Amino acid sequence: MNALDFLKDHETIRTDPVPEAEALVDVRHLNLWYGKAQALFGISVRFPRNQVTAIIGPSGCGKSTLLRSLNRMNDLIPGVRVEGEVLYEGINIYDPQVDPVAVRRHIGMVFQKPNPFPKTIFENVAFGLRLMGVKGSELEDRVVEALKRAALWNEVKDRFKKESGLRLSGGQQQRLCIARAIAVEPPLLLMDEPTSALDPIATQAIEDLILELKEHYTVVIVTHNMQQASRISDRTLFMHLGVLVEEGPTELMFTKPKHPYTEAYITGRFG
Amino acid sequence: MEILREKPSRNPKEVLTFAALVLLASVTLLTTAGIVLSLFGEVLQFFRRVPLAEFLLARDWTPLFAEPRYGISPLIAGTFLVTAIGLVVAIPLGLALAVYIAEYARGEAKARIKGTLELFEGIPTVVFGFFALLTVTPLLQKVIPGLNIFNALSAGLVLGFVILPYVANVAADAMESVPRSIREAAYALGARPYEVALRVVFPAALSGIVAAIILAASRAIGETMLVSIAAGQRPILTLDPRETIATMTSYIVQAATGDQPVGSTAYYALFAVGFTLFLLTLLFNILAQWVVERYRERYE
Repeated sequence: MNALDFLKDHETIRTDPVPEAEALVDVRHLNLWYGKAQALFGISVRFPRNQVTAIIGPSGCGKSTLLRSLNRMNDLIPGVRVEGEVLYEGINIYDPQVDPVAVRRHIGMVFQKPNPFPKTIFENVAFGLRLMGVKGSELEDRVVEALKRAALWNEVKDRFKKESGLRLSGGQQQRLCIARAIAVEPPLLLMDEPTSALDPIATQAIEDLILELKEHYTVVIVTHNMQQASRISDRTLFMHLGVLVEEGPTELMFTKPKHPYTEAYITGRFG
Repeated sequence: MEILREKPSRNPKEVLTFAALVLLASVTLLTTAGIVLSLFGEVLQFFRRVPLAEFLLARDWTPLFAEPRYGISPLIAGTFLVTAIGLVVAIPLGLALAVYIAEYARGEAKARIKGTLELFEGIPTVVFGFFALLTVTPLLQKVIPGLNIFNALSAGLVLGFVILPYVANVAADAMESVPRSIREAAYALGARPYEVALRVVFPAALSGIVAAIILAASRAIGETMLVSIAAGQRPILTLDPRETIATMTSYIVQAATGDQPVGSTAYYALFAVGFTLFLLTLLFNILAQWVVERYRERYE
C-alpha cells in the first residue's frame, strides 16, 4: 500500500473502544502541522481513567507528537498548528479561553532523558509545588511524599536537602523526575519513552513504579519497547506515519492484531 | 604495504604545519612573558628606592612633590570607585538585557540587539570619555551641587555603558547554553516564561553570569582613556564620587606623557603601578575562571 493512500483512507481499527464516561482524555479529530508538514492526521482516541495506555509505533510515527499535544507542550515549538479538540475532563484544552500554563499544571510529564534541574533533590521536587504557592511544612511533607511514591525516598533520605539532583545515577534521576512530576498530584501523567536511556535494572524499577502509580493516576506512555508496552499497559495505540492505525486492549493487540501493519510491527518485521 | 610504515609525524607537511602552529601560538605566550619580565626589572628598581610598606600603606600618592610619597592606595581607591559605579550601572542593565536576549528575543529583534551591542563594543573609549566630560557631567552638575568638572561619578556611569555589552553578551551566552531539556521540564510543570527564566535558567547559568561580571570588572579596572578624560588626575584617597580622582591607569597615562627623567623614582613608580594593575586584572581573570570551574553544572 502506498503511504499517501494509507494516510488518506485509513479508519482507525478499534477493539473494545473506551466508553465516553470512562475517558479522562478524549481526543477528537486532531490534526497537527509543524510548519507545512503535517505530523498528525485526524486522530480520535480516548484515554481511560486509572489505566496505563501505551503508544507504540516506528520512529517518526507521531507518537511523541500526540503525547505532547495532550499537555500543549507542542505550543513551545514555533510554527505548530493544531486543529481538532482534546477534551480533558470534558474541557477542550485548545479552546482559546484556556491558558496552556494551567493545562500543564494539571498534567505531569516525564521525558525521554532524565532532566533534573541543577538544584538539590528537594528543590527539584518542590519546584512545581512552589509554583502553586505551597510553602513551609506542607511543602516539605509533599516533597517527602512524592519521593516515597517515586520509590526514591529510601535512597536519598539522608541527603535530599543538600545533594544536587544531578549527582544521582540515571535511573535515580528518572525517578526524581517522576517524583517532581507527581508532587503536584496531576491526575494525568504523560511519559515519553521514560526508560529508553536506562539500564535494565533501572527500567524494571520504573516499570514497577508505573504499575503502582496507576492506582492514583492515569498514565499515557510512549515506548519503542514492545515488551514494555505489553508488561505495563492496559491499552495500546499503534501509530504509523501520523495515523492511529489500531487501538485496543493490550493483550488483544499483541495476540490478535487486526491490521497487517500492526502485526508486522509487533512481530518485529518493520520499524 | 610501505604506506603503513609511514608515520604521520614523519610526513614533512605534517611536521611543517605543526611547527608553524607552535611558533605562532608561542608568540602570544612569549609576548606576555616578556611584558612581565620587562616590568620586573623596573619594579625591582622601584622597590629598592621605596619600601614595600610605604607603597602598600601610605595614604598619599605624590611622586612629583619635593618630598614625594608613594602610597598606591589613592590610585586603587580611585580605580575601585569608578569600577564600582560602572558595575552598579552595568550589572542590572546587562543582566536584564541578557535575560531578554536569551529567553525572549527571537529572530530579527535578537539579531538587532546583538548587533547593536557589538557596535557599542567597537566605539573607541575616547569618545565615551568626551561624552562623559562634555555631556554627562554638565547634566549631573544641574542636580548634584558640588560636583567637580572632573569627577568619578560621570566617568563611572559612562564606564558602566562601556562594559555593558560584555556583561550582556557573556551572560546571554551562559544562559543560552542551559540545555533545552531543562526548560522543557519547567514548562511541563506549568512554569510561565518569566519563571523559567528567573527560577531555572538564571540559577543554572549562574557561574557563567558571575564570570561575565568579573570579566567586565576586570575590563573596567583596565579602562584608561575614559577615566583619564572624565575623572581627572588628582590622586586623593576618597570614596566621594563627586570628587576628582585618579585611577592607576590615568596615572600611567599622566606619567608616561609627562617628563619624568628616565631613572628617577617617579619614572620607576610608573612600572610599579603598571605591575599592580597587571596583578589585579590577572587576579580577576583567575577568579572568573575559578568560579566557572567550581560552580559549573554538568548536565550529562
